[in-house]
Amino acid sequence: MLKHRVIPCVLLKNWQLVKSIHFDSFRTIGHPTSTARIYNSRNVDELIVLDIDASLNNEEINTEIITDIANECFMPLTIGGGIKTIDDIYKVLNAGADKVAINSKALKDLDFIKQASSIFGSQCIVCSIDVKKIDGKYKVFTKKDGILDINPLELAKKYQEYGAGEILLTSIDNEGSTKGYDLELIKLFKDELEIPIILNGGMGEPHHAVEAIQNGADAVAAAYIFHFSQYTPNDIKKELVKCNIDSRIIDN
Amino acid sequence: MLNNQIVIIDYNMGNLRSVQKAFEKVGCDAVITNNHKIIKNASKVVLPGVGAFKDGMKNLEELGLIDILNEEVLENKKPFLGICLGMQLIASKSYENGETDGLGWVDAEVVKFDFTDYDKKLKIPHVGWNNVSYKNNNLLFDGIANNSDFYFVHSYYFKTNVDIVTSTTDYGFDFVSSVNKNNIYAFQFHPEKSQTAGLKLIENFVNINGEL
Repeated sequence: MLKHRVIPCVLLKNWQLVKSIHFDSFRTIGHPTSTARIYNSRNVDELIVLDIDASLNNEEINTEIITDIANECFMPLTIGGGIKTIDDIYKVLNAGADKVAINSKALKDLDFIKQASSIFGSQCIVCSIDVKKIDGKYKVFTKKDGILDINPLELAKKYQEYGAGEILLTSIDNEGSTKGYDLELIKLFKDELEIPIILNGGMGEPHHAVEAIQNGADAVAAAYIFHFSQYTPNDIKKELVKCNIDSRIIDN
Repeated sequence: MLNNQIVIIDYNMGNLRSVQKAFEKVGCDAVITNNHKIIKNASKVVLPGVGAFKDGMKNLEELGLIDILNEEVLENKKPFLGICLGMQLIASKSYENGETDGLGWVDAEVVKFDFTDYDKKLKIPHVGWNNVSYKNNNLLFDGIANNSDFYFVHSYYFKTNVDIVTSTTDYGFDFVSSVNKNNIYAFQFHPEKSQTAGLKLIENFVNINGEL
């Protein structure tokens, strides 16, 4: 049986790992390589690393840091932030990543997703969508342009049509809040897509993951809970199993 | 007869570095190459791969690797490890983006998951950790508990009627997750990304006696 994944998501800024609240007010939480090493030793299902300012500042992909992180990972590694060209994807994969998360570039250029997925395969292309709720409606959000008049579900369907293999769906409102995932948001997506959805933003206790999956998430990503609480990814997975949700538990 | 060199075939298809790292982790230096001479001198051959079947075959052809692989694996019987796309490429053909011939080392086809007629529409690609159930004795599963979780990420799967299946995995139905024919070992999942169990499998490959 396929297991529901619990994925630590770590944010990179100035080559340091940071944790944000609503993608803002950053706190440095350590060195990326040592964090990756710890997650690997804890047998996490997967790791997502996003360089949140790479697109904003038009930064080049830092393959050195990706290589350092990848060297510690014997689990799947997704890297995102600042990917603009096919060559960028080659670089990231050659540095040891398995998948790339694409956000800004995908918004601007759907054909890029088509091209990337035809070269690297859909399984390699994760499209990342940041969402904010305005006047009771969900809209796509970017750090550079703010709120866009784009319906996130319609966008996700487009990404799927153009070859994306997974959607990383982040609620900016819930991100860093520890109040739980945006269940209303995931309910909108439930059964609407053929590709898996990784829900991100808001996990503060293990049961939040149960709620997310029961309401339609295929996998959950989280950052805050792993850095600022006593919970480990395995604690989350034990809670899933307790609630009859298939999960992979490795005793360390 | 040969130096004890493992080669990871570089044909511009994906996560070669991940595979190399896994070999390093079990104490074996594997070299990433598409140099014909180095491949000929190697003792074992690894064909990893992430990406589309058609591009995979095209790249192998353009790099002149098809004849070399046939020689080294089929004729010289060097232990061969195919991973993900590297497993699919040994089939007779695939239906990914149109029909494409594969290396044809085993009588098999590669087809897309299709859950149209299922009550529960499973997601495609099949991404994540899933149990691998052994069907036959396979050297490479030595020391790994049956039904261990391995990491999968694929939309197409391997279909064969030939008795080469060494494990199956349940995703809506039991599909073939690994095969073995003589010196050829191939896995749909990614041992290099499957932590302890995966590294053990890689170690088992390193420890196979090369002179079969």
